[in-house]
Amino acid sequence: MSDEYDNNKSYQAQSSEVMDGSTGSVNPDIDYVRPAEVGEQDLYHGHSFIEKWVFCQDAKVIGVQYFLTAVFTGIVGLILSWLMRLQLGFPELAGFMTAEHYYQFVTMHGMIMVVYFLTALFLGGFGNYLIPLMVGARDMVFPYVNMLSFWMFFVAVAVLMASFFVPGGPTGAGWTLYPPQTILEGTPGSGMGILLMLISLSLFVIGFTMGGLNYMITILQARTRGMTLMRMPLTVWGIFTATVLAMLAFPALLVSAIMMTLDKVLQTSFFMPTILKAGEVLEYGGGSPILFQHLFWFFGHPEVYIVALPAFGIVSDLISVHARKNIFGYRMMVWAIVGIGALSFFVWAHHMYVSGMNPWFGFFFATTTLIIAVPTAMKVYNWILTLWRGNIRINTVMLWCLGFIVTFVNGGITGIFLGNVSVDVPLSDTYFVIAHFHMVMGIAPLMVIMGAVYHWFPLVAGKMLHEGLGKWHFWITFLGAYSIYFPMHYLGFIGVPRRYFEMYDSPYMTSAVGMNEFISIAAFIVGAAQFILVFNIIKTLKTGKKAEQNPWKANSLEWYTSTVPPEHGNFGERLPVVHRWPYDFSVPGAKDDFIPQTTAPSEVIHTEVEKT
Amino acid sequence: MSEQKIDGFELKPGFKGMASDTGSDQTMFKGVHWGKAMMWIFLLSDTFVFSCFLISYMKGRGSTIVDWPNTSEVFSLYVGGVPVPLLLIAIMTFVLITSSGTMALAVKYGYEKNRKMCGWLILATAVGGLTFVGMQVFEWSKLIHEGVRPWGNPFGASQFGSFFFMITGFHGFHVSIGVIFLFIYTYKVFAGHYESKKRGWFTKMKGDYVEIEILGLYWHFVDLVWVFIFAFFYLW
Repeated sequence: MSDEYDNNKSYQAQSSEVMDGSTGSVNPDIDYVRPAEVGEQDLYHGHSFIEKWVFCQDAKVIGVQYFLTAVFTGIVGLILSWLMRLQLGFPELAGFMTAEHYYQFVTMHGMIMVVYFLTALFLGGFGNYLIPLMVGARDMVFPYVNMLSFWMFFVAVAVLMASFFVPGGPTGAGWTLYPPQTILEGTPGSGMGILLMLISLSLFVIGFTMGGLNYMITILQARTRGMTLMRMPLTVWGIFTATVLAMLAFPALLVSAIMMTLDKVLQTSFFMPTILKAGEVLEYGGGSPILFQHLFWFFGHPEVYIVALPAFGIVSDLISVHARKNIFGYRMMVWAIVGIGALSFFVWAHHMYVSGMNPWFGFFFATTTLIIAVPTAMKVYNWILTLWRGNIRINTVMLWCLGFIVTFVNGGITGIFLGNVSVDVPLSDTYFVIAHFHMVMGIAPLMVIMGAVYHWFPLVAGKMLHEGLGKWHFWITFLGAYSIYFPMHYLGFIGVPRRYFEMYDSPYMTSAVGMNEFISIAAFIVGAAQFILVFNIIKTLKTGKKAEQNPWKANSLEWYTSTVPPEHGNFGERLPVVHRWPYDFSVPGAKDDFIPQTTAPSEVIHTEVEKT
Repeated sequence: MSEQKIDGFELKPGFKGMASDTGSDQTMFKGVHWGKAMMWIFLLSDTFVFSCFLISYMKGRGSTIVDWPNTSEVFSLYVGGVPVPLLLIAIMTFVLITSSGTMALAVKYGYEKNRKMCGWLILATAVGGLTFVGMQVFEWSKLIHEGVRPWGNPFGASQFGSFFFMITGFHGFHVSIGVIFLFIYTYKVFAGHYESKKRGWFTKMKGDYVEIEILGLYWHFVDLVWVFIFAFFYLW
């Protein structure tokens, strides 16, 4: 480094005995960790209420802001799904709902849940809160832009919600927003609704880019001493890879949103072919609707893994901690995450088997799609092998993790069905598809989120969530989710199409009606059960029992902060120094069944700990 | 930034060096300022944006049913009654590439702590960028005057105007943002903010001449994108 950094050469502790104050004989050779490469981060501490809690530059506050905003949109999405189920199960009770309303609810439910709820929650929420803590940084590298990222997201959500109140209502084109119908008259919300949706998506992408740059560079360039990439918790790996995907996939969404906005506002014909409407040729002509589908799914498929990879990472950590065992095949898990991420860019057209493609393309995309099953299956085996002969604590967190594994395998297997062209074509646009993607990228990541909330709540709030309520929450959600989505596979097999407002007098009417009622009742119960968590959180914040530091006896750095909950700057005077991976559980010969990442090798020299 | 010394870490050349940097703690890109790494990643993402635009353009141009306008006619300027194809674009490209040169010199003088030279060169870059945007405004108004609109034009396929205004507009937007920042940094350098360690207005961070290099990365990227737009729009 050249001399322009010389002013800032306040190096930190040179060896670990200073940082953790241990008194044992320290062997400088085996405990050696390289000195810090760069000086301490220059943190700006907020002074006023607004700087501390509103336009705050602390990643932890930003994480909580992201979390709460995403949960708010998620609740809106949940209510929309209730309304949809009311129409499907009990149309006689849903007299207030027209077909237009139904399409609008379907569209908004999909978009909210995928983009504004899951993506924002995992990357904005957990990413902001956990990345600096887990890699041992004081904050994100560019806190100001990180703050802007949240407020951009907030504006995007506000614009999205505003579309409920404009003339014509929100767009009802389906969350995929396929042109040409999206912007043509006759589609609900083809006026202001779609415009606000496209603006909101563009804002989301811009906001996310600001945050994503922070997540990536904090992980790459701001780890603490001793924290190598292969000592990072899998949570960080999952969020990191998902962020890389997002940085490369969201551009396609931004471009398609811009082009469609121009098609809508300026009457360009990027996606609009020549259209005859009521015998008249519209102004449009010469555009390609398939181009939109390619752009959309070039974003859309990586988006699935943007949601799934953080879930994979987080669940690995939760399972390891609560089964008191090291994660089986850590490096394999890392490479599987990276491999899935890379492959996810080469599978997008499996969403377009029925759009009209050269059969060889179908063959290619079916092959790449099925190859993704390999690293994914490796991960599932590794989770199970981590549990194998572990000292499993069946607490709420572990229940959610087990629920995740089962649900994810279930949804993954139906994915193999749909990845094959010949099986997909008859199942396309049926309830089978709905069941598949809700299992694999709806319920499964949601279970991880729930597990993560129960796991990290003591860190964020300093209080333990109520276990009994948590178990009720889990069992109702788990059994209920299966009651909703298992029958949908069957509905798909008998050919019930998705996105239909009503079955009218079709043959499905007789065979599907009872099942639809059952599914709807289950959906109402599962949705209501989520408020157990809200109640649990409010109750815990008021009267809950105080959490000790590191209640789960975990190893990773977020539990070793100077205060609980951590303050701005995270680690007090000195940054932690890392000597090992975060998975040293139940090491033979060790005093406790866990060895924190900050424990120096000389302190555990008599144990059978592996070198990591 | 050639002489790199990192305490307790051996910087090896080539693939081995890359592997050992990747396997090490703290930083992946040794001796690289986080802001510089961040700008590179942003530019990678932005490359995907422009790639999506250009690929869409190729697809749109390839599949349109009406003939594409003859670009060497549409983009020609009349000099004394004689049409000179690509004249304006040649000047625009020259100005923009030249501004890249002044930007690179500004970075050099910044690292040499030659505050005055650095400031003047950033100002020159900003003026170059502004000239480019000005000429683009002239080109746009000329085409609009001739009847080219985003939704149609008298020369051929309607997508010509759509893609032209969208992509050059998006690029011009990038240039304009760059020009704004160039003027801000001209002020910061002349006012000596890096010497006095004054904190930024918004970010509240202390600055450093590395910021000039980061701004330079963005500026060179915008130039590079222009080269592609130039090739795909004006030469094809």
